[in-house]
Amino acid sequence: MIGLSDYLLLSAILFAISVAGIIINRKNVITLLMCIELMLLAVNTNFIAFSHFLQDSAGQIFVFFILTVAAAEAAIGLAIIVVLFRNRATIDVEKINQLKG
Amino acid sequence: MTFQLIVFYSFAAWLIFSALMVITSKNSVKAALFLVLTFASAAAIWLLLEAEFLALSLIVVYVGAVMVLLLFVVMMLDIDYAALRQGFVNKLPIAIVTSLAFFGLLYYFITHGEFGPQNYANPAPKGADYSNIKELGRILYTDYFIAFETAAVILLVAIIAAIALTFRGRKHRKAQVISKQLEANKKNRLKIVSMEASIEETENSGEQEPSTAEEKS
Repeated sequence: MIGLSDYLLLSAILFAISVAGIIINRKNVITLLMCIELMLLAVNTNFIAFSHFLQDSAGQIFVFFILTVAAAEAAIGLAIIVVLFRNRATIDVEKINQLKG
Repeated sequence: MTFQLIVFYSFAAWLIFSALMVITSKNSVKAALFLVLTFASAAAIWLLLEAEFLALSLIVVYVGAVMVLLLFVVMMLDIDYAALRQGFVNKLPIAIVTSLAFFGLLYYFITHGEFGPQNYANPAPKGADYSNIKELGRILYTDYFIAFETAAVILLVAIIAAIALTFRGRKHRKAQVISKQLEANKKNRLKIVSMEASIEETENSGEQEPSTAEEKS
């Protein structure tokens, strides 16, 4: 019998993997974007598991909106990466320091 | 029930394996392809949870659109991956420690929390006549109508922002400039030259009087 905690543990593992990915790929912006997508996937799995076990479709509506916002975010993020590469010829996060932040 | 267990554990294993490959692969193209595998196995897990519409839209939206966009960008940019991977080994211990601590915390709360089968019993499976899309559409177009329209506006903003950021058109286009057209007047467009009237020998070159230009304006 697959319970709610199994699904929650699976998405916790996925979230922990993407946290590790953000730490070890801190230079590559594209891999950082992929890790953020993985995090959103883990959160969406949580939403759907609760929606299934509570018999409430509102959780699936939330996942729908998260998918929409994630698609918009990926499109704008990739456009920013393209502009960045055109101007600086690198996507290394540590070399993006023009604003001296 | 055993079939569901087999499906769950096999796709969960694929999910974790491909997520690990995403964060550790040297080449970003490989990472993107493993991300496709991750989304496909997550869609299978979502199918087990009776979220059919979202599982299919995950495949269509992510694998079909976002991942193709990502692959285009990765292949278009000429990136030196070896330079980007400097310090990979140095960061590995802290990454493992951080993610294990994070997972340990989540594991403690999930196993000791109130998420067991006594609180969240497995619901009875839906009948064959149940339509997930019908149910979602009924809620989406009534209760969440404002949010739905806002999502549409967000997508429009994303389209315009992505085009505006990456557009590299010609600076001097041959478009109409209305203000210049309105500024134009007779004084700086028309020049009247007075010259003597003369009749040329050839027949087809009719009358060329200076007054014709004045009449046209």
